[in-house]
Amino acid sequence: MTSDAPAAGAAGVGSVPGTQVPGTGARPARASARPAAGPARGDFLSYLARKVGTALISFAVLLVVGFVIFHLIPSNPVAALTRGRPISAAQQAFLRKELGLNQSLAQQFWHYVTDTLQGRLGYSWQFQQPVSALIGQRLWPTILLMGTSTIISIVLGIWLGIRSGWRPGSTLDRVSSGSSLALWSVPTFWLGIILLVLFSVGFGPIPPLFPAGGMSTPGSPGGFNLPHILDVARHLVLPCLTLVLVVFAQYVTIMRSSVIDELGSPYLLTARAKGLRDDLVRRRHVVPNAMLPSVTVIFLQLGGLVGGAITVETVYSWPGLGYLTYQALQIPDLPLLQGTFIIFSASVIVMNLLADLLYRYLDPRVRRQ
Amino acid sequence: MTATATAAPVSAPRAAALRRFARAYAGSPSGLAGLGILVAFTVLALAAPLFIHPSDLNVINATGPSLAPPSAHYPLGTDQPGRSVLLLLIWGTRPSLAIGVIATGLTMILGSTIGLFAGHYGGAASRLLMALTDWFLALPSLPLAIALAAVLGQGSTSITIAIAVTSWPGTARLIRAQTLAVEARPFIERAKALGAGHRQIMLRQVLPNVAPLILVSSTLTVASAILSEATLTFLGLGNPTDVSWGSMINQAMGQGAITSGAWWYLIPPGVAILIVVLGFTLVGRATENILNPRMTRK
Repeated sequence: MTSDAPAAGAAGVGSVPGTQVPGTGARPARASARPAAGPARGDFLSYLARKVGTALISFAVLLVVGFVIFHLIPSNPVAALTRGRPISAAQQAFLRKELGLNQSLAQQFWHYVTDTLQGRLGYSWQFQQPVSALIGQRLWPTILLMGTSTIISIVLGIWLGIRSGWRPGSTLDRVSSGSSLALWSVPTFWLGIILLVLFSVGFGPIPPLFPAGGMSTPGSPGGFNLPHILDVARHLVLPCLTLVLVVFAQYVTIMRSSVIDELGSPYLLTARAKGLRDDLVRRRHVVPNAMLPSVTVIFLQLGGLVGGAITVETVYSWPGLGYLTYQALQIPDLPLLQGTFIIFSASVIVMNLLADLLYRYLDPRVRRQ
Repeated sequence: MTATATAAPVSAPRAAALRRFARAYAGSPSGLAGLGILVAFTVLALAAPLFIHPSDLNVINATGPSLAPPSAHYPLGTDQPGRSVLLLLIWGTRPSLAIGVIATGLTMILGSTIGLFAGHYGGAASRLLMALTDWFLALPSLPLAIALAAVLGQGSTSITIAIAVTSWPGTARLIRAQTLAVEARPFIERAKALGAGHRQIMLRQVLPNVAPLILVSSTLTVASAILSEATLTFLGLGNPTDVSWGSMINQAMGQGAITSGAWWYLIPPGVAILIVVLGFTLVGRATENILNPRMTRK
């Protein structure tokens, strides 16, 4: 049921006029409330169009919410910008004009939307640089960190989930369920700090093994060569480990429950009656079926990873978007915060779109009529 | 549990159901452990002003040594200005629990109202509401909470609002689904036939039936609200003079506790968060198990 929820939800948005696609029937909300029924004609293009339409609407809502937060709520951005420094009335008027505050709300909204769509995200108060340039610099470290930790967590989580779901109640299952509960309760940033003290500062008999922060050793020449790659890898270990520890437990839980869901199925009995070894039953029959709901849920949870990125990057001063958000918070540098907010949310919208497309690819029932 | 007991005049069948619930709950060791944790921390939070004077927490009045390891006088050592970490830890229980509980209350009111309306009325307005719910559900909550709290200004109020605004959608979905299920049952039809209006049906017939679910959902929400509170104060969005677990970790980091290996300052607040969050999660799961055995039997 969990895997159905996003599809049903997406249909709710998709039924807004304009994204309606011929061939899906008069009531698309019904049609895709059950993925098993699927789009009427297995027509990939109409499916794609509907999902892309949903994503575009989500993005439009994101723009509106961003406007409300960063342009309607702040009562006096000029005061926030100058932070109590005495400025003359003329300077104040100039700043108001610079920030576009003397325009009507509709004008402000129009400028905000057109600027954002063209990638002009404003000018950071703190770095005195365009926000889009800052985001461009910090994007790759975040992708590196998130990508590595996500892949490791997914592989580890799915493997352990299959093992513990196959024999619920076994020692392995109890240990993995218990530790995932505990790891869920741990604040990510605190776990990062503890790992930092243990393995970077060194504690008791443990020598300092890894660097304390940043992405490369200060003064390193950089470039695409082996010493630099190894240096970055060494810096990557601890932040990556923190994220994996916090995240993989959720994947274990998801995969475990989908394996258990399959355990009672009649096809298992058939497979065993054919005389298949236990191992083969698991690998060939249970895992492919259990994989379907898990993959969707895992993709949908990628949004939650963003939160982890912010705190972990802060703890390890990893020069990515999360650390940039933290730096923006200290001022607070509103244009920069708005930029990171939009980029984080937009990337999650794209991820969810990919999850929908992947689900269709993986589940033949959705692909066929 | 006490909430349901005091909320309505207890009728005979409801009292019997409560007794059944209490018996079933007593049979769950992890649920009892969770309850024990919560009672202990609540008592600690309420009793804190009895043995901690505000001047103990004042940076300027602090008399202890700087970043000293645990000793007889300071069981958990001291922080950099020389305050006792143990006292900070106990005092930190108050904002962490209070913000967690208040934010959860707001979340429940917002989520249940929206879920109840969407489930009861249906139609285009409700579809729009649910589309908005899904939008909030899909988007990462921490950047949104950070943006809101930053714009509203440092302090507990903006953190509470930010948590509530980002955590209502899950509740709304749950309550809407349950409202749809309850409204399909015959007694709603009977009520309608007897002339009950929308208000009457929503508040008198549906709400009591979804209330147990709201209860379960709220214990689990408190757990995540406490984690969010700690995260937001750690990032520096709390009031800088308040003492809470998140701000303790923030200050420990700022005061060089990491490089000097001051484990007595770093470990306690994190462990406290872990234990309280675990407590709420255990209570939530145990209650869920009893009220809806199918949900967690897996």
